[in-house]
Amino acid sequence: MLPPVFGVLFDGIAYGMLLFVLSVGMSVTLGLMNFVNLAHCAFAMLGAYVTVVLMKDFDWNFFATLPMAFAAAALVSVAVERTLYRRLYRASDLDQVLLTIGLAFMSIAIAAWFFGTTQQPIAVPSYMRGSISVLGLNLGIYRMFLVAVGIAVTVLLVLALEHTRFGAQVRAAVDNQRMARGLGIDVDRTFAVTFALGSGLAGLGGALAIEIVGLDPQFALVYLVYVLIIVSVGGLGSIAGSFAAACLIGMSDIAGKYYVPQLGSFLIYLVMVAVLMWRPAGLFGKR
Amino acid sequence: MTTLDAPRTVTPQGYLLRQSRWRPIEVAFWLATLLPFWLFPTYLSLASQIAITGLFALSLDLILGYAGIVSLGHAAFFGIGAYTAGIFSKFVWGEPFSGLVVAAAVAGVVGYASSFIISRFRHLTLIMITLGLGLLLKEAANSAHWLTGGSDGLQGIDIWPVLGVFNFDLYGRTAYGYALGVLFVVFLFARRLINSPFGLALRGIRENFVRMPAIGADSHAHIRKVYTIAAIIAGIAGGLLAQTTQTVALEVLSFERSADVVVMLVLGGAGRLYGGLIGAMVYMIARDQFSGIAPQYWYFWIGALLVIVVMLLPNGILGGLSALLKRWRRR
Amino acid sequence: MNAVALSARGLHKSFGSLVVARDIDIDLPVGARYALIGPNGAGKTTLINLMTGLLTPNAGQIALGGEDVTALKPQARVKRGLARTFQINTLFAGLNPLESVTLAVCERRGIADRFWQNIAGNKDAIEEAYEILRKLKLGDACYQTTRELPYGRQRLLEIALALATKPKVLLLDEPAAGVPHEESGEIFEVVAGLSDDLTLLFIEHDMHVVFRFATHIIVLVGGAIFTQGSPAEIAADPGVREVYLGTRKHG
Repeated sequence: MLPPVFGVLFDGIAYGMLLFVLSVGMSVTLGLMNFVNLAHCAFAMLGAYVTVVLMKDFDWNFFATLPMAFAAAALVSVAVERTLYRRLYRASDLDQVLLTIGLAFMSIAIAAWFFGTTQQPIAVPSYMRGSISVLGLNLGIYRMFLVAVGIAVTVLLVLALEHTRFGAQVRAAVDNQRMARGLGIDVDRTFAVTFALGSGLAGLGGALAIEIVGLDPQFALVYLVYVLIIVSVGGLGSIAGSFAAACLIGMSDIAGKYYVPQLGSFLIYLVMVAVLMWRPAGLFGKR
Repeated sequence: MTTLDAPRTVTPQGYLLRQSRWRPIEVAFWLATLLPFWLFPTYLSLASQIAITGLFALSLDLILGYAGIVSLGHAAFFGIGAYTAGIFSKFVWGEPFSGLVVAAAVAGVVGYASSFIISRFRHLTLIMITLGLGLLLKEAANSAHWLTGGSDGLQGIDIWPVLGVFNFDLYGRTAYGYALGVLFVVFLFARRLINSPFGLALRGIRENFVRMPAIGADSHAHIRKVYTIAAIIAGIAGGLLAQTTQTVALEVLSFERSADVVVMLVLGGAGRLYGGLIGAMVYMIARDQFSGIAPQYWYFWIGALLVIVVMLLPNGILGGLSALLKRWRRR
Repeated sequence: MNAVALSARGLHKSFGSLVVARDIDIDLPVGARYALIGPNGAGKTTLINLMTGLLTPNAGQIALGGEDVTALKPQARVKRGLARTFQINTLFAGLNPLESVTLAVCERRGIADRFWQNIAGNKDAIEEAYEILRKLKLGDACYQTTRELPYGRQRLLEIALALATKPKVLLLDEPAAGVPHEESGEIFEVVAGLSDDLTLLFIEHDMHVVFRFATHIIVLVGGAIFTQGSPAEIAADPGVREVYLGTRKHG
C-alpha cells in the first residue's frame, strides 16, 4: 500500500506529460532560431478546437481526431511562419514578442467569435473515464494514457533526433547555426519543418488537454505562461530539459494546489524564479 | 547637406542645448491637456485615467524605450504603489501628497531590491524573470487577504481634499487636475533625465550593450539606477489610481496591465518622451469608444494593431509621424 | 628600456580541448608601437580579449603599470587606462559621433550617472569630445547619425571612442579592417600621430603598414608567441616567412 502522496505525484506527472507535449516544440524552435513565439499556444488551441468540432459536429471518435489536431496546427503554423515569422528572425526580442502576442490575442478573439467564451465539453470514450486501483492508489485511466503518450512522444523525438539524417541536421543547427550552414545544411528548411512538427505537437497537446483542463478561448494565454516557464526552466533547445522541467512544474503545480490551495500558482512561479536565478540558461541550457 | 558644416554655424554645446530646448508643439501639447476641463467636462474621469496610464507608460519608457530592458512585469510597481497609497490612507491618514510619497518610496525600495536581479539577465531570461516576479507578487497580494482584501479589492479608502481645498468629486474634476499636475511634474523630471549625461548613458546601453564596458561604463549600475527610478514613477502612477478611484482591485498587479502598458508604449513610440503619453491616450480613448464591443473582440483589434505596428510602423505613431515630416521637409 | 606599461605573464586560455592562448608573455614598454601579427586563427583577437578582460584566462596574470588587474572587470581596466577598439565596428549606431564621444568622456569623468543635470551644461566634457573628433577629422560629421557615416569614418570613430577614455595603453584590433587599401594609410596616419606617451599595440595584416609604423613586432601562431623582435629582425626571419607562406605546419 502506498501513501496518497504518490497519487498526487502521479497526477502531477500526468499533468507534466501534457505540458511537455504542449511545450517541447517551442523549446526547439527557440533553441534553433532564437525566435520567441508567444503564439505557440494559439496553435495548441487550434488543435483542441479541431478535435471539438470533429467530435461534436461529425461524430468522430476521440482518437481519430488526434492526428487531425496535429495536422491542422502544423499546416496553419507553416503558413504563418512563411508569411510573417520569416521576416522577423533577425529582429529584436521585443518585436518578436509583440508580433506573436498580437497573433495570440487575435486567436483568442477569433475563437470567441466562432465558439463563444464558454467551456467546450467533450466526451472521451467511456472506457477512458474510470480509474483502476494499483497498490492502493486510484489512478485515472486517462491520466495513465497521458503518461503513455508523453513517454511515447519523448522516445519518438529522441530516436528521430539521434538516428535520422533530419535529426542530425536539427542538432547541428541548434548547436552551431553558422557551422551548420557552412556544412551545406539548409537551416531555413530544417527550421520550417521543425516549426511545423513543434506546432503539430502543440495541437496534439491542446486536444489532449481538453479532458483535463477544459477549453475556452483564454487557453492561448493561460497555458502560454506554463509553456514559457517550462521552456526557460528546461533550457532552450533541450528535449531532456523540457521533459524534466515539465515534470517538475507539473508536480509542483498539482502538489501546490492539493496541499496549499490558498497559495494558488505561487509555487510554480517561485520554482521558475529560483531555477533561473540559480541557472539563468535553465536546467539543461548551454547559453 | 547643411549638416556637414554645421559645426561652423552651431557650437557642439549649442547643438546639445538645442536638443533639450522646449519646442512650440510641446507647449501646445501641455496647454491642450487643459482643454478637457471646458470641452469634455463629462469625460474628466477618463481623462484622469489617461493621465495616470500615461505616467505609467512613461515609467516603462525609461527602462524599455531608453535602456532597452523588456519587462513583462512592470505592473508589479504600479500595484505596489496603488496598494501602498490605499493602505496608507486607511491606517495612517488620507492626505494625498504624503500618500503618494509613501507609495513612491515603497515601490522604489522594492524596485531597488529587484534591480539587482534584473541587471544580471538579458533576453528571454529577463522577460521570464520580470514576468515571474510580477505573477509572484500578484499571488502574494491575493493570499494576503487581511491586508489587501484579496480578490474582493481594497475597501475603505478615504482621501482628504487635495491641498485641503479640492474635494474629489463625482465628475473627476479634482481627480483630473490632481493627476495631470503630478504627471506634469514627473514628466519635467523625466525630460531632464533624458537630456542628462545619465540619459545619454541609457541610450548607449540600448544602442550597444557590448561597447559600454569598453568605454569604462558600468552598465549594471546604470540599469539598477534607472530600474529603481522607473519603479518609483510606476509607484506614483499606481498611487494616483488608488487615490482618485478610492479603491484598489487585484487587477492593478495583473499580467494584462503589464502587457497593456507595453502595447501602449510601442503604439505611441518607445524611446520617445511623448511615446507613452500619446500611446496611452490613443489606446484608452479607443477602448472607451469601442467599449460597446465585448472585451474579447477588443483584443482582436489590439492584436491586429500589434502586428501592424511591428510589420509596418516599427517606431510607433510618433516614429511614423516624424518620418513623414522628414520626407515632407526634404521635398 | 622604458618602464613597462602593460605586461602579460603565462597567459593561458582554452575552450574545452581547443587551446587558444598558451603561455603568453608580453611586455609593452611605455610609449611603444607594437604590432601583433600572425595567420588567421592565431588567437590575436583572443589575446586582446584576455588583456582587456572580455575573456578570463585559465592561468596567468595581466599587469597594468605594474598593478595586477587580472581580477578586474573590463570597465575597471578601462578606468585604469587600458582601452581597445574592435575589429568589427562596435559603435552606438543610433547616436551621432558627438553624443557617442561625449558619453565616453562623461563615463571617464564619472559624471555619467548624473540624471539631474542637463548634458549641455557640461561644457568641458563636450568640448573635450569635440576636440577628439576634430583631431580625428570627424569634426564636420559630428552631428550625423553614426549608422549613416561612411565606413572609413566609422573606423575612425572606433578610435575616437577609445581615446575619449584617456588611455595609457591602447589596443587596436585591425583599425583599418575592411577599409579600401588607399584609405587605410589615412587611418594609420592618425594612429601614428597619437601622443608619444600612449602605449600602442595593433593587429594588422598588411605588412607594409606593419613595417612602416611598428617599432617592434610580435608573431603569434596557434595561440603561442612564435617569435618577436624589431621589424628588421622579423623581416629577416626565415621562420616567419614560412609561417606566412604556409610551408610550415602550424595549429
